[in-house]
Amino acid sequence: MQIIFYIFKRILQAIPLLVLVSLISFFIIRLSPVDPLAELKLNPSISQETLQAEKVRMGLDKPLAIQYLLWAKGFLKGDLGVTTTGEKVAVKLMERIPNTLLLTLIVIFMTWICGLPLGILAAINWKTTLDRFLTVLTSIGMAIPSFFFAILMLIFAVKTSWFPVGGLTSYNFNEMGFFHQIWDVTRHLILPVTVLFTISLAGLQRQMRANMLDVLDSDYVKFARAKGLSETQVIFKHALRNAVNPMITLLGFEFSGLLSGAALTEYVFQYPGLGRLILEAVMKSDINLVMASLMIGATMLVIGNLIADILLILTDPRIRAKA
Amino acid sequence: MIKDIIKGIFKDKFATIAFIVLIFLYLCLLFADVIAPYTKDFSDRNLSYVPPSPIFTIDENGKISKPYTYNYKREYDKDLMQTVFKLDRSHKYYLKFLARGEEYDFLGIIPMNRHIVTVDENGRLYLLGGDINGRDVFSRLLFGGRISMTIGFLALLVLFPIGLLYGGISGYFGGMTDILMMRFAEAVMSIPSFYLLIILAAILPANMTSTQRLILIVLILALIGWAGFARVVRGMVLSIKNSEFVQSAKMIGSSDLRIIIKEILPQTTSYVIVAMTLSVPGYILSESGLSFLGLGIQQPDASWGNMLKEAQEYTNILYRPWLLTPGFLIFVAVLSFNLIGDTIRDVLDPKSKVR
Repeated sequence: MQIIFYIFKRILQAIPLLVLVSLISFFIIRLSPVDPLAELKLNPSISQETLQAEKVRMGLDKPLAIQYLLWAKGFLKGDLGVTTTGEKVAVKLMERIPNTLLLTLIVIFMTWICGLPLGILAAINWKTTLDRFLTVLTSIGMAIPSFFFAILMLIFAVKTSWFPVGGLTSYNFNEMGFFHQIWDVTRHLILPVTVLFTISLAGLQRQMRANMLDVLDSDYVKFARAKGLSETQVIFKHALRNAVNPMITLLGFEFSGLLSGAALTEYVFQYPGLGRLILEAVMKSDINLVMASLMIGATMLVIGNLIADILLILTDPRIRAKA
Repeated sequence: MIKDIIKGIFKDKFATIAFIVLIFLYLCLLFADVIAPYTKDFSDRNLSYVPPSPIFTIDENGKISKPYTYNYKREYDKDLMQTVFKLDRSHKYYLKFLARGEEYDFLGIIPMNRHIVTVDENGRLYLLGGDINGRDVFSRLLFGGRISMTIGFLALLVLFPIGLLYGGISGYFGGMTDILMMRFAEAVMSIPSFYLLIILAAILPANMTSTQRLILIVLILALIGWAGFARVVRGMVLSIKNSEFVQSAKMIGSSDLRIIIKEILPQTTSYVIVAMTLSVPGYILSESGLSFLGLGIQQPDASWGNMLKEAQEYTNILYRPWLLTPGFLIFVAVLSFNLIGDTIRDVLDPKSKVR
């Protein structure tokens, strides 16, 4: 019951944050010298009525504060306006969000599965050859620009033609059977996942190693060893549980980092995700789409933090007691 | 402290190498005008995407000769249906060292025309091939590096005073000021940073001089990073502000701003140095990403990111691998900064064991 109350409180706290985010994004975009309707006006397939309707809906003739309120009202109702090509922004976003979530969640899952053990391994073998080797590997992983790595993977894919290049599905996706479809998506996902995985694994492994080293140095671990527990028990029962907690806090930030890193990777691989959508929107100065994707990006980040907090309650009894 | 840092760097094998690499890189960039055979904007329209010039030291008779190169000739291959470059073996161009070449202003002031290595006026020495406009990739790498490798430091110069002051004021005054300022910082942090980056870069007006654009890109990079930094500074200020020396400064009637700047913030120096060295590579990566997308440094100016923009085409990455060289340089630079940053942290913050 207390936990539910705590979660509820955290959700309430997230609301003013999102309002602030929307205010910041709104004013950045509106105070810029870009005409929100410029692109729309140039498009001959957009009728005069749509243009007029859009102008009224966004209240472009009204003062900025009113404009913001109108936008917020629309946003809450789920009406995000139309893109420069005349499609509904909400529909477009709904198409892209699952793709980005799929990519990001797979990457987070894989980095945790590999990063934690590797971090623990390095910490246990502190300053040995294995540790040094892993450090060198992670240094390399952290230094490769994501888009450059993506390009290298593209070369690899084209030269070997083992992997399809670009997109999430093949052109004949709709004709495939169910299992064939899954296989198709997997094949398309391998390259972008590899790029993002390598880059975020490096950071996660280092963090885990640092936490683990801190914990292994503490008095209670020394005590556990002194009372004759086996090394396995010391590490997995005593040290690990405390070393993991800060990692969970980082989960939310990792999510944000992935959203950012994914934008460039999605761009190079032509992956139909949120990052590429916002890039295209920005380049076409598609105000509605930019505004909406910013909000969605921020919301996903806030939710990521929220999930991290909830997980922390479940794993850390001290926080449970405070909540 | 600086002594300790340098000692620490030379104690670690990797950090020593990284340090030497960076010194070498920056020296090359400083003397780019002399090292580069051509100026940044020199272009030969006939040599679009020309492959790197081969350098021969053994002539056709099998004898050792002074190093020389041949020009490339553009031909249309009917079977392949594309233009191919063939070596034109009719005329040898000997490499000339410290000879006269393109005019330039050394360090922007001293007019000079000597280049470390060059060839006769009609010869073309494209050590790393040419780009789409027939410009020398090697020369542009050097000039582009000037922007890519300094922009991070410029952003830090803007960001750190802001972050320090913001965090300092927020932590020192506490209460409502603190809550409001921190909520704002958190809101900025809640927007995925790369999204914010590209949006800010995209709303820049198109008709700007390259200097104006550079300054604005620096400001944008700074805008992205200050919030996280300010938050940490605030945390440190919170723990410092009740110490005795702050109390006594209050007692003798120092103003609040003076206490923050003169008494509290200097205590955060070692954290600031560590944070600075560790964040430089991040800015190098951000700038290159931005320019890669065409939102950062614009043509005809060069930066490593915007040179890589050409690698967006399949034909380029498959058949013209020399266009990828900026990526390797970014990699080397970032790796070196990371290694040095880790060492500096070990020295200044012995408790942390990330490395």
